Amino acid sequence: MLQEESDLSLIIAQIVQKLKGSNLYAQLERQAWASLQRPEIKLESLKEDIKEFFKISGWEKKLQNAVYSELSVFPLPSHPAAPPEHLKEPLVYMRKAQGSWEKRILKSLNSMCTELSIPLARKRPVGEQKELLNKWNEMGTDEPDLSLFRPVYAPKDFLEVLINLRNPNYENGDSLSFRTHLGLIQVPLKVKDIPELKEFFVELGLTTGQLGIDDSTQVPPELFENEHVRIGQKVLTEQDSAAAQQYVRQGSPTALRAELWALILNISSHPEDILYYEQLKTNVIQHDLLVDSLIYKDVKLTASNDDYYFVFEDYLYQVLLCFSRDTSVLSHFAYNSASPPKSYIRGKLGLEEYAVFYPPNGVIPFHGFSMYVAPLCFLYHEPSKLYQIFREMYVRFFFRLHSISSHPSGIVSLCLLFETLLQTYLPQLFYHLREIGAQPLRISFKWMVRAFSGYLATDQLLLLWDRILGYNSLEILAVLAAAVFAFRAVNLMEVTSLAAAEAVLADLSTLKVMPLLQIFLFATVT
Amino acid sequence: MAGKVKWVTDIEKSVLINNFEKRGWVQVTENEDWNFYWMSVQTIRNVFSVETGYRLSDDQIVNHFPNHYELTRKDLMVKNIKRYRKELEKEGSPLAEKDESGKYLYLDFVPVTYMLPADYNLFVEEFRKSPSSTWIMKPCGKAQGKGIFLINKLSQIKKWSRDSKTSSFMTQSTKEAYVISLYINNPLLIGGRKFDLRLYVLVSTYRPLRCYMYKLGFCRFCTVKYTPSTSELDNMFVHLTNVAIQKHGEDYNHIHGGKWTVNNLRLYLESTRGKEVTSKLFDEIHWIIVQSLKAVAPVMNNDKHCFECYGYDIIIDDKLKPWLIEVNASPSLTSSTANDRILKYNLINDTLNIAVPNGEIPDCKWNKSPPKEVLGNYEILYDEELAQGDGADRELRSRPGQSLGPKGSRLRDAGRTVLTTWK
Repeated sequence: MLQEESDLSLIIAQIVQKLKGSNLYAQLERQAWASLQRPEIKLESLKEDIKEFFKISGWEKKLQNAVYSELSVFPLPSHPAAPPEHLKEPLVYMRKAQGSWEKRILKSLNSMCTELSIPLARKRPVGEQKELLNKWNEMGTDEPDLSLFRPVYAPKDFLEVLINLRNPNYENGDSLSFRTHLGLIQVPLKVKDIPELKEFFVELGLTTGQLGIDDSTQVPPELFENEHVRIGQKVLTEQDSAAAQQYVRQGSPTALRAELWALILNISSHPEDILYYEQLKTNVIQHDLLVDSLIYKDVKLTASNDDYYFVFEDYLYQVLLCFSRDTSVLSHFAYNSASPPKSYIRGKLGLEEYAVFYPPNGVIPFHGFSMYVAPLCFLYHEPSKLYQIFREMYVRFFFRLHSISSHPSGIVSLCLLFETLLQTYLPQLFYHLREIGAQPLRISFKWMVRAFSGYLATDQLLLLWDRILGYNSLEILAVLAAAVFAFRAVNLMEVTSLAAAEAVLADLSTLKVMPLLQIFLFATVT
Repeated sequence: MAGKVKWVTDIEKSVLINNFEKRGWVQVTENEDWNFYWMSVQTIRNVFSVETGYRLSDDQIVNHFPNHYELTRKDLMVKNIKRYRKELEKEGSPLAEKDESGKYLYLDFVPVTYMLPADYNLFVEEFRKSPSSTWIMKPCGKAQGKGIFLINKLSQIKKWSRDSKTSSFMTQSTKEAYVISLYINNPLLIGGRKFDLRLYVLVSTYRPLRCYMYKLGFCRFCTVKYTPSTSELDNMFVHLTNVAIQKHGEDYNHIHGGKWTVNNLRLYLESTRGKEVTSKLFDEIHWIIVQSLKAVAPVMNNDKHCFECYGYDIIIDDKLKPWLIEVNASPSLTSSTANDRILKYNLINDTLNIAVPNGEIPDCKWNKSPPKEVLGNYEILYDEELAQGDGADRELRSRPGQSLGPKGSRLRDAGRTVLTTWK
């Protein structure tokens, strides 16, 4: 009992500590002072009256949302004596692997830098600054010579690292048994099986209404859709984050999605936020970073060629270039197994006082990175709002897709979950694919790393991301990947090479996500 | 008489020919006995002209109405719509209701347009009322954006003035006919770029009017950011959305071809603007297509050997109001991307399924009422027979967006295909 209580007070203390430094705290203070002028606030019952005032005026709700946000994002503290690395990643071998991966990336970046004799960062001459400011809304028309730039790494390279991950304390023996894991990932992490997934994703069950299924043509709207929309509007009026998160588990109506996601992520556009974005924009104008070219290259290679997202090319630059310079992103490294790369001022290698994080936000983009932002352009057309939403999505979810950790939503767990589901529930298919040299993970990895962006039709992708937000977990990506294989199993059983398997799974744009998930989880005989 | 359908075409496009061949039809030449002729607009002129024309027999079908130009020539389309509006006004129809400033409430869907040189003086009067406006000059008989330019000064169109010095040396007929329309300089922009909508509409008969809308229309984006700035009035890459023009731009991309599906547009608008205004927009688009067809129906030669698939060009302004720009009788069958090819192939396929029932030798006397199953990606846009049979108690003021009765539901891209009927 005592342990739980002290855990709880520790959590409360930590959250209070975090919120004290926030804007919300200042606003609440101001509101409290201002409320003293109100007639209903009496000196004898000051505390209760102010609390009552906060409740009625909606400020309590805002505080509630902020607390909920903190709880969702930050992992609960473990043992008070645990060092901060444990918050990032408790397992030593994972930390080590992440460390060496980072070294490799940095080496690759530095060598590109030396090869091309381009500085990591430089201040732009005034003329160039003016030019960029003029072109801010159409940076897509810029045609810098990017032929010599290569992406620092592609998902394929990262997969190789994950395949070679081993737990030195784990001996699985050389003899094959029915317990042997046939897939590429060979680390012992706990992943959910279908009964556990059914419990976790209970709202996706067959008897619960879903957007993505029960709003289709044959179903009259009175049965589910109308009521669901009505509830959605109510949630928005109440401005309750937790309710919104619960609500989108059944999907979000297109007209309400932008607001609901903002509510769940606890994003509200205050003047300070817009100013912050403008400040980042100024940073972009004044300084040119090497990673900018990487971003350019990535957008040109991916989003510009995409049927759905090519229209928003210019927004992508506006978001990603600012993102690279946003030092507030550094705070997420407290719970990310990755660490921001450090660079040293010329000539001062090794001297900590001259170390800077590079890029300023500590995140080096890889091939396909811009696809995290692209789908959001369908929802938000105001750059600073789009920026805030993306940043929050990144520090809550996307970072887990390209760092090595044991977290259940980390990419390693997702890969293992995918392979385990396939091996357990579609063993014949798995075995067949393995025999022909087409390990399923080799095909599905890129889907999961990109959270399916660029592979699914946008309306389906948004329904999928509704559930990521709703369940505060990325596990659904692994379940969907397995469900796709299950759906195309008949064709896959007939292929005889990796290339042919890739071809069967090349085009996911016609898939309907929710029926696939429902069938796989709730309607397959296990 | 069972036999293979004999087809001819003077348009060498694979999306056509593949469709004919997959039905097992037999290719013949123009001079032989043919059943189905997919002709260019020049040919239809010959077939129905006084000198070179000939009677079509009962088992022959062609893909144009004889005087389609009443709808597809820019000047005649405007003339017919203006006439239609005046007629409704005279009848006292509530559809012709106007607002305080004299603008039609429900029938104002074509930008203010004048014919040049005929209406030159009228135009000048209008121009002088708002001298800072931009106008767009379009040759009546051309396509693919050819010959179009923007003006914002009277001096730029001196040539078309009736009193110009040159007119004494030139007769009216040698001056090429142009229309000049108020340029929509506040188009809805997405990603900062201007776009227009291309929608396909199949008409099987004008009296009674029966038309179908293809569900898979698309948006054509300009490759260059939009700016209303006068310094860029000459830059056709900013202003004209025709693929024929855009594909010569530096930034033209051959993978997506600068095209979006109408479904994408719908998703984007619903997400950023809300469901009601988006549905209202799409209802209005269906409305203006039907009204334009009703406008020309009385003057159209409703030859029973004919059907026609039109390409409607529509621009949406930043107040989410759709404007009818023009109607094309021969929408391009060239494919600019792989998706394009698939779309146009399916378009022709569905069109043939409706126009030539069961792929058998046609009989032009049939009732032109195909069963629902063959519609494919088409939806019934308006069926006059069904609408009239629906009873006189329908509110005449059934504006788009106000669904009435069991039949009065909107067309939705999700495929809830219910007939939209207005009187």
